Order: sequence, then structure tokens, then C-alpha cells
Amino acid sequence: MELLKKDTNFNFLAARRWTALASAALLVVSVVALVQQRLNFGIDFTGGTLVEVSYDEPVDLAQVRTVLDAAGYDRAIVQRFGAARDILVRLPLAEDGDAGAAVQSNALMRALRAPFAESLSPDSSGIRQQCLGAAGETADCRVQMRRVEFVGPQFGDELTELGSLAMLYALIGILVYVAWRFQWRFALGSVAALVHDVLIVVGFFSVFRIEFSLPVLAAVLAVIGYSLNDTIVVFDRIRENFRRMRKSPSVQVINVSINQTLRRTLLTSVTTLLVVLALLILGGEVIRGFALALLVGVLVGTYSSIFVASPIVLVLGISRGDLMPVKKEGEEQAPLP
Amino acid sequence: MLNKYPFWKYLLIILVLLPGFLYALPNLFGDDPGVQIRGARGASLGAADLERVEAILADEEISAAAVTLDDSGIKIRLADGDAQLRAREALRRELAERRFSIALTLLPAAPQWLGTLYARPMYLGLDLRGGVHFLMEMDLDAALVDHMQNTAADLRTELRRARVRHKGIRHGQELNLRLRFDDEQRREAAREVLRENFPDLAVGESGGDGDYRLNLTLTDSRRDELGGQYLEQNMAALRNRIDELGVAEPIVQRQGERRIVLQLPGLQDPNRAKEVIGRTATLEMRLVDEDHDPARAAESGAVPAESKLYSFRNGAPILLKDNVIYSGRNMVDAAASLDSLSGGPIVSITLDAAGARKNQQVTGDNIGRRMAVVYIETRSEVQRDADGKIETDADGRPLRETIRDEEVITAPVIRDQLGKRFQIEGLDSVAEARDLALLLRAGALAAPVHIIEERTVGPSMGRQNITQGVRSVVLGFVLVLIFMVLYYRLFGMVANTALFVNLVLIVAVLSLLQATLTLPGVAGIVLTVGMAVDANVLIFERIREEIRNGNSPQASIHLGYDKAFSTIVDANLTTLIAAIVLFNFGTGPIKGFAITLSIGILTSMFTAIVGTRGVVNLVYGGRRVRRLAI
Repeated sequence: MELLKKDTNFNFLAARRWTALASAALLVVSVVALVQQRLNFGIDFTGGTLVEVSYDEPVDLAQVRTVLDAAGYDRAIVQRFGAARDILVRLPLAEDGDAGAAVQSNALMRALRAPFAESLSPDSSGIRQQCLGAAGETADCRVQMRRVEFVGPQFGDELTELGSLAMLYALIGILVYVAWRFQWRFALGSVAALVHDVLIVVGFFSVFRIEFSLPVLAAVLAVIGYSLNDTIVVFDRIRENFRRMRKSPSVQVINVSINQTLRRTLLTSVTTLLVVLALLILGGEVIRGFALALLVGVLVGTYSSIFVASPIVLVLGISRGDLMPVKKEGEEQAPLP
Repeated sequence: MLNKYPFWKYLLIILVLLPGFLYALPNLFGDDPGVQIRGARGASLGAADLERVEAILADEEISAAAVTLDDSGIKIRLADGDAQLRAREALRRELAERRFSIALTLLPAAPQWLGTLYARPMYLGLDLRGGVHFLMEMDLDAALVDHMQNTAADLRTELRRARVRHKGIRHGQELNLRLRFDDEQRREAAREVLRENFPDLAVGESGGDGDYRLNLTLTDSRRDELGGQYLEQNMAALRNRIDELGVAEPIVQRQGERRIVLQLPGLQDPNRAKEVIGRTATLEMRLVDEDHDPARAAESGAVPAESKLYSFRNGAPILLKDNVIYSGRNMVDAAASLDSLSGGPIVSITLDAAGARKNQQVTGDNIGRRMAVVYIETRSEVQRDADGKIETDADGRPLRETIRDEEVITAPVIRDQLGKRFQIEGLDSVAEARDLALLLRAGALAAPVHIIEERTVGPSMGRQNITQGVRSVVLGFVLVLIFMVLYYRLFGMVANTALFVNLVLIVAVLSLLQATLTLPGVAGIVLTVGMAVDANVLIFERIREEIRNGNSPQASIHLGYDKAFSTIVDANLTTLIAAIVLFNFGTGPIKGFAITLSIGILTSMFTAIVGTRGVVNLVYGGRRVRRLAI
């Protein structure tokens, strides 16, 4: 089985004006969205408390809100999370600093359990979450705490800063590596493609108001790795072909290289997309944002390694002379018997 | 072009595969319910304890699959959850001493011989097994304010002793002290005192003309030193306190300069942990009442006036005077060392000025008598009736009572008048000295801590995360397998074998390193499955290309692997850069993702390049081949 005919010869670079336009449009939408409505940051970055609760039967959100209002949590945001029995409660940071906020989750669970006349048993540990009923009997809790996350205000700021720094360091590291292994035009081309990918993925999260959490940030960094992987393979071929096709102009060398690696680019995208889809479908709510970022990232990354990275290298004026001085590399690729 | 691997290359592959399968093996066996008994607060358990535990289980007619003793305590493997709960109840009732910490746990069900080879299942993060995670930050400035207050008091004493008159010591805003003098000579005299007794203070001067000043600040090195010391002390205090939470494998770990990570697997109520962390513990020094017989007082219950009955950790009674000489608040430091004269283990204690004054006075009057160190801790505990059932109030909430625990750590004889610094001698071993110093230091938190991050995962959530994680790995894996076979036929099967081996190797490396596997970590494995075939795609596409260029099958295989090699290395190394950056910046779960991604990249390079080549060479190597099934 083959995905494409034996030898493709698409003129990818001829389309570079149109693809540049498309990329520019996507980038503008992303940047405008980021400036206008910023990101829907999760509590990892904003600080606050998040409690996921599971009931033993479907629960009415309005009722939960009434219970919480009565207990003094009028600023709580209640929403469904997956099934009809599961809810997610978000609390903003308490005014009295992080010590107060850390205790919030516990008081909240007590409030939610009060209507069922149960409270967490001090013996509860291990596999089941057990509660004491009104009569002092022990049974599985009807209101199960699934997870609690609390992030203090200064730690949230710190994570935001660390996240941005991580992105920056990754890009600088890659810039240096590619400049060393290839040439600075390639380094700029690959980093431009990465910035392009990151902006569009983050922009996607901004446009659709999808929560941007710590795992999503990790996925964005993984996208950097993935997209770069794609780009490097194309660059590698360009370098090889510059040495082989001595009489051809740069445009043609790059075009041929993209065509030669096209099947591999698409195949790897397919296998990666297959597993990302598996994550998206079966990974559960917690991992959904992560999988979504990867999905968008793999698509954009594949596109950018063909239509962004290489054209930029061309526009920057790559020529055969740029790749020749590296003698050792040339020997490896010597003509074959 | 025969495409034959030398023997050593096959040997290499086998040498990697065999341990790989071996160390991945324990993960197949799952867990048994168990109970773990650890020595609380640094106490270690011995063979006698093991016998006691076995006897208790026998009395209750609970048949345990295995009862073992090792460095981490006694582990009891049980058949089912019911036996587990019964065993815990019985043990909790019988082993009431506070040196036992009893917890429900899951014990790996892998056979013994794997354990002796250090083959253990992967270490699951809290998001997969459930539990409480805290990240705490120490408020160093608050502790340093205290430190400077003590320093100011000491300074006053020393200046008085040296008869240097001053116009007062004041606390500045930036943790500094300001000393004022009438004239130059006094200031110089004070300098001398400072040089001799307070080497940790940086001295600056200002003013003049009737108002001569010295500005004292902590040197940076001392500040860092104190920070490190306080953090260690806090960690020791936390370790002691969480023992009673009944958690099988608590983790207290330093993170950076000011932070402590606390992980309590299996715990469901973060509030209990918060109570325990915020608990106060302290020390008191009292004189021993040697005029009365403690044994008789304990028996009859008739305690002499002005005395109080205490007991040692081993339960032996002792009578102490009511009057407290000084408390742990006056203690600046406690360190274990060896006596320079006798060579025996000692604990050196340093007191602040107020404590030193009191110590000097009392010990001077009581040479030859004994002085006791009492450890005091207040905690709240659930009330239980005689059957071990929890008592509740009208609303069904468990009743709690506040318990004040007091025990005598040691009661040595006073040999000499003591002052600011003194030693506790007569200890049995270096280990005992170390434990005592730790206990003395860890009585109270050295600096206040704030929880800046909390993540609690309930037990059902943990299980669900595991199921979902495993399912997505399996689905992703199967989809890729199908795709590769359809697309590359025989070569696809070879790549699939490599992919499977890669998965086994990732699991083996994770198990061997005991690196924490988190949910994002599982996602990293899934992602690796998708990306690992990339290397094979590169190679196979190259082979097809070479065939199209008119090369022979054998030459095509050779060239395909050869040419794809540098591409694969470049592409993987750049991904590795991103993974390493992630690891360095990441907290908890994100780190898990970076770890599995990095391991996956490295193992996949091996399996996809060396591994598949080995199989391809076995199938096609050393003979004439007309066509390749690619």
C-alpha cells in the first residue's frame, strides 16, 4: 500500500505566496484573539481552588448551587464535568491569603456532604472513600471527592513565568543546535516555523476559550519537539540535495527535497494523529486539553514544515556555498558504488 | 552487500532485551492488599516486633500470605480487602505505642525472586494511585526576625559582660540591628566584642559627633546557612509528625532553597494532614525528683506535691519537678558529635541568652542531680469506643479530643555548671545521639510554612486515570500496528516488533529508575508510540526510494539504513532538547511527561535502528533476494 504515487513533484514553493497569506491570516487571528480576550487560564496559572465531585446519582446543578450559596460560597462556579453525576466547582482565591484557601476545599466538601448527612470517616484510606452516616455507620460516601487542586497566588504567577521561560529556552536551545548542525538560515527558518506553530496552537485555545492548563503547556512544548522533528527531516534532505544537484537552482533543490520527504512527513503525521486521537477519545477529561493541543499542533506542525520553514530558508537566501564548508558531513554522503 | 550482523551485535540486542523484559515483568502481576507497619519518629523495628505482629495475626485468625521485615518496616500481605481492614483494626488495638505507624497499602504481587533482583513495578504518581500532595514554602524572613531578636538579646548580655555602655539596640526594617554609642572608644570596644562573639554579623558604621552607630546585618553566607538549616529542621519535624497519619510511603522532599514537597499516597482527607503539619511540639527541661520512688508513685497513683509523674519512651516511670527550667523556645541548636576527650557520642546544645542565664543558675545549684528533657506534643484525635468504633456527635461528625503527649527523652546527671552551650552525654550509640539531636531540633517547626500548592486525588479518580491511560496506550498502539502492517507489510511487522519492544523497554527503564509515572507521563508514552515509528518510516521510505533508483534489494536495505541514520539522530536530538527543557521547568506531573518522552526517544532510537536492522538482517541477510516485501 502506498499513500501517494511513486514520485510526487508538487511545486510547493510556487504556492508560497498563498500559504504565506494563509499563515499570516491564522497568525493575525491568533494574535488578535490573544490580545483581545487573552487565554482562559486554568487555576495552575491564576491560583484558586478546583474541586471535582462525583455523586452516586445524577445531580441537579441548581441544587448544588443553592447548597453552596447557603454555605457562603456565593463566588463558586459550578459546572458539569463529563457525566451527569460529576460536577466541577471552582473557587477564586480567598482574600485571607493562601493558608485560608488551602482549607477551603475541605470546608467545601463538608458543605456538599451535609445534605446527605454524611462526613468523611477518619478511617477512610486505600481503595474506597468512606463516610460516617447520621447514625454513625460507615459506608461508601455518596458524595465522592474525586480531586482537589489548589494553587496559591504567587505560585500561579511563578508557573506563568516559568512556562514562558521554558518556551524561550527551548527555542534558544533549538536555534543553537540547528545553527551548529546546519546553518543559521536553517536555524531561523525552523524557529520561525516553531513560533508560527506555538502562536497558532495557543491562539486556537484563545479563540475557542478552552482552558489553558499546565498539561496544555506541556503539550505545546511537545508540539515544538514534534514540529521541529518534521522540519529537521526536510532540512536534512535539502542539505543532502544541495550537494548532489550541483547545477540546479535553490528553488528546485528545496522543492525536490520537500517532495522526497513528503511521504514520510505525512505518514508520521498519520501515526501520531492516530495515537493523539486515542488519547482524545479514551484519555478522559483531565487529559483532553492536552490531547487537543497536540492534535492542533501536529496538524499545524506538519503544514509548517512544508510551507513555512523551507520557504523562509529560501527567502533568507540560502545557497549551495552555505552548506559546502562542512567537509566531514560531505564525506559521509559521498557517491555510492 | 550481504547485510549480515556480526555476532556481537546480536549479543548486544539480546543483552538489552533480556533485562528489559525481566525488569518490565513485575508490572504484570498487579497488587495485593496489605498492611504496612513502620517505626514512627525514627524508631526502627526489629525481629521482636515481627514476632509480636505474627502473634496478633494468629490470635485474630487472620491468615497472611506473607509477613516480612525490612528497612522500611513490617509488611503484611493479605488475601483480600476484608482481611486487610480486620488486620489493621487488630494491629491498631494491640500495637498502641506511638512508635508504630500502621497503614493500609498495596504490595506488589510479583514473586519474591524478582524482588531480590531489584525488579519492582513502576512507581505510580499520586494522580494514578490517589493521595495528597502539598508544596510548602518556608517563610524564612519570619524565622530570621526571631533569630535577630535572639541575637539582640545575646548581644546585650555580651556587651554588659564586657562593660561596654551603649545607648540601645534597635531593630531596623531589613532584618538589621542598630547600636548607638556616645563616643568613639565605646564603639571600638563594641566592635571587639562583635568580632569575638558574633562572627556571623556584618558590621557597618555611620553617624558621629556624639551619636556613633554600628549597623549589624547577617552575612549572606550565614543567611543561606540558616535557611538550609531551617529547611532541614522543618523536614525532620514534618517526617515525625506525618507518621501518625497512617500513610504507607510518605515522601518529604526538599525542592529548591525554600520549599518542601510532601506526598501522602492513599490519604483521602487533606485537612487531617494540614492539622498535623500545623501542630505545635515543644521541649521542656525539668529537674528530676530524686527524693521519691517513681515506681511506687506509678503504682499507687500517689504523686508527691510539686512533682509530676512522667514516663520514658520505653514506658519506665520518672518523677519530675513542676518547675520548668527552660523550654525548647530557648534552644538555638542541637548537634550530634563525638566527645573530643572520651570519644563517646554526645549531643551539643546551644541556648539563647535567656535560656543560658536560667541554665547557669539552676545547674550551678544542682550539680550531681539529674535534669530531664521532656518532649511535648499536642494533637487532636478521633474518639473511639471500646470496640474501636468511632464516636460521633448528633450530626454524625466524628468527635475529637485534644491529646497532650509528654514523654521524657533523656534524664542525664548534671556534672558541672552549665551555660549557653552544654552537652548531653551517656548515650549508647552514635545513632542514638543523632536521633536525639534530630528530636530536639525537630520539636517545633523552625520557620512557619505555607501551603502554596495542593493536589488531592481521590481513590476512584486514581483508578479511573489508570484505566483510561492503559486503554489509550492500547488503542493508540493497535491503531499504529494495523497501519504499519497495511503500509509496509513484512517490514511493517518488523517495525511493530520494534515498537512492542520499545514499549517494554520504556516500562523497564521506568521500573528500574523508579521514576514517578504520572497521567501526563502515560500520555508521553502514548505519544512516543506514535513518534517512535517515525524512525522506521524514514528508513523504509529510503529503502523504497533506493529500490526505485534501481538498486538491488540488499543494497537498498543497506543504503536505506545508512542514509536515514543522521536524519534520525538530528530529528530525535532536537525533540530531546524540548523534553529536557520541560523536565527542568516542570513541576510534578509535567516532569513525568518529560521523563517518559525522553526515555521513549532514547529507547526508540535503539529499537528502530539497531533492533529492526537485526531482524531484517536475519530475514534477508546473507542470501540472494529478488524482491522485498515492503
